[in-house]
Amino acid sequence: MSVAALDTGATAEPRAESPAARAWRRLLRRRGAIFGMVVIALFVLCAVFAPLISPYDPTIQSWSAVRKAPSALHIFGTDDVGRDVFTRVIYGARASLLAGVISVSIALSVGVPLGLIAGYRGGFIDALLSRMTDAMLACPFIILAIALAAFLGPSLGNAMIAIGITTTPIFLRLTRGQVMAVKVEEYIEAARAVGNPRWRIALVHILPNILPALLVQATLSVAAAIIAEAALSFLGLGQQPPDPSWGSMLNSAQRFLTNAPWMAVWPGLAIFLSVLSFNLVGDGLRDALDPRER
Amino acid sequence: MLKFIGKRLLQLVPTLFFVSVLIFSLQHLLPGDPALVMAGEENDPAVVEQIRRQYHLDRPIVLQYVYWMKGVLSGDLGESMRIKEPVLKLVLEKLPVTLQLASMAIIIALSIGITAGVVSAVKKNTALDYAANVFALWGISTPNFWLGIMLIFLFSVELGWLPASGYVRLSEDWRASIASTILPAFVLGNAIAAILMRHTRSAMLQVLESDYVRTARAKGLVERKIILKHALRNALTPVITLGALEFGTLLSGAVLTEQIFTIPGFGKLIVDAVFNRDYAVVQGVVLVTATTFIMLNLLADIAYHLVNPRLRESA
Repeated sequence: MSVAALDTGATAEPRAESPAARAWRRLLRRRGAIFGMVVIALFVLCAVFAPLISPYDPTIQSWSAVRKAPSALHIFGTDDVGRDVFTRVIYGARASLLAGVISVSIALSVGVPLGLIAGYRGGFIDALLSRMTDAMLACPFIILAIALAAFLGPSLGNAMIAIGITTTPIFLRLTRGQVMAVKVEEYIEAARAVGNPRWRIALVHILPNILPALLVQATLSVAAAIIAEAALSFLGLGQQPPDPSWGSMLNSAQRFLTNAPWMAVWPGLAIFLSVLSFNLVGDGLRDALDPRER
Repeated sequence: MLKFIGKRLLQLVPTLFFVSVLIFSLQHLLPGDPALVMAGEENDPAVVEQIRRQYHLDRPIVLQYVYWMKGVLSGDLGESMRIKEPVLKLVLEKLPVTLQLASMAIIIALSIGITAGVVSAVKKNTALDYAANVFALWGISTPNFWLGIMLIFLFSVELGWLPASGYVRLSEDWRASIASTILPAFVLGNAIAAILMRHTRSAMLQVLESDYVRTARAKGLVERKIILKHALRNALTPVITLGALEFGTLLSGAVLTEQIFTIPGFGKLIVDAVFNRDYAVVQGVVLVTATTFIMLNLLADIAYHLVNPRLRESA
């Protein structure tokens, strides 16, 4: 960054470049973010083409291949009921990525509109929504997600809903704060002066300006949601057996640590790598979208 | 200052109210007749009837809330379906265990996080700074239940140095107690150390550029003294208050960590309660954690105002 800082900034850049293109170019300068994007792309490919990549079935048990150490036949070894660990890790990417994306989508679709209303309208609605947000943020993330999932009933769908609800206040608070900062700007005042209705100002003039902040938070929240899904599945509140999920694989692995440690290594590594990648991309996006950095 | 505390206390009232509504409404998420679900496999009509009476499920929902809240305010968090004991008693029994774990985790987090943060700020853009940042990313991205399993494998299964599970009370045998909690405390502290490292680094970088640090350098003070006495002391204020907010992370982490190391604390209580469909206990634990968290938040806020003279004057 220090070399770039010496640059004269805006004048050195071609004028026609759009903000999105500039952010993208800056993102590509960060090695961490590129690593993250490549790993995420690999996981997505694994999730989509899982049946093509692995010759095994993720759920069929084989009593002749119980807890086999990694070999040419089973590169990650087999689990306690003879299923190929590599296959289950690949199929597990489906549950984890889906959980990450869907729960954050739930949080975005509820939190952003409410945050827009709270920040733009202010007054009683704002006070009400803000106190509700405080209340939800006061409950530790995983504990609230566990409680919600427990009451909704154990399933992957309910785990996503529970994580989505728990993530919502983060987006509500972020959107509200951003809207409050943006709505006093002169261009919003100008938009109001020419007679735009409120909904139009909120959607057309305010929302696009707060998108960068939302994008960064959404990426980081996907990472948190993947860990949360793994945690819930680990506790038996997410993906139900025999369907594979990294969290539930770790749960069964714990019982066979002494004689089959490979069962614990790979699903954990998969969680770590995917979470790390989303964190790296999120950090990279934050820097790339920061107008103060050039 | 008193005015500020009073204002903050007043703000607590609606927040606590919504927390109670949130936790109360959990039981209405249960699919079907809550009394039937809570009774579980024993479909004994007498049990179902008892639950219906205990939770006033035959009354309108607003009245149900009023009854429940009345109980909570007088310290009655309901009764465990499974163990037939008051929820408050269970919570208070488990609290010291989690507190021991949490305190050890905080000591570990502070010593690793602040040291790494100071080093990376002072040695900015060197290999050490880079290593500290990688450590922070690793700490934030590693699921603590996986780290726990891997440490058990290394230190208990392979090396045989530490017990894999179980808990010994401090009052029974302090050495065994520390041995039984050091791994889970490290797992818990690790994630928070990473966050503290990032806070410390950015606070230190800011402070190191300030005028009084330049003055101290101009006076010819030894660099170590400048860093430890002048810079760190001022950088620590935001770190400590932000650190207090990590209490929630600590409790969230404790749930899974206690599960893996079979430590009979707060986290294990809520997980066991979830498995046993002991809903009153789940609600009780969430209520107690949320209330504690809100209070800690308030204390951190007040502490921040106390040590920051600029804020003190404006309040």
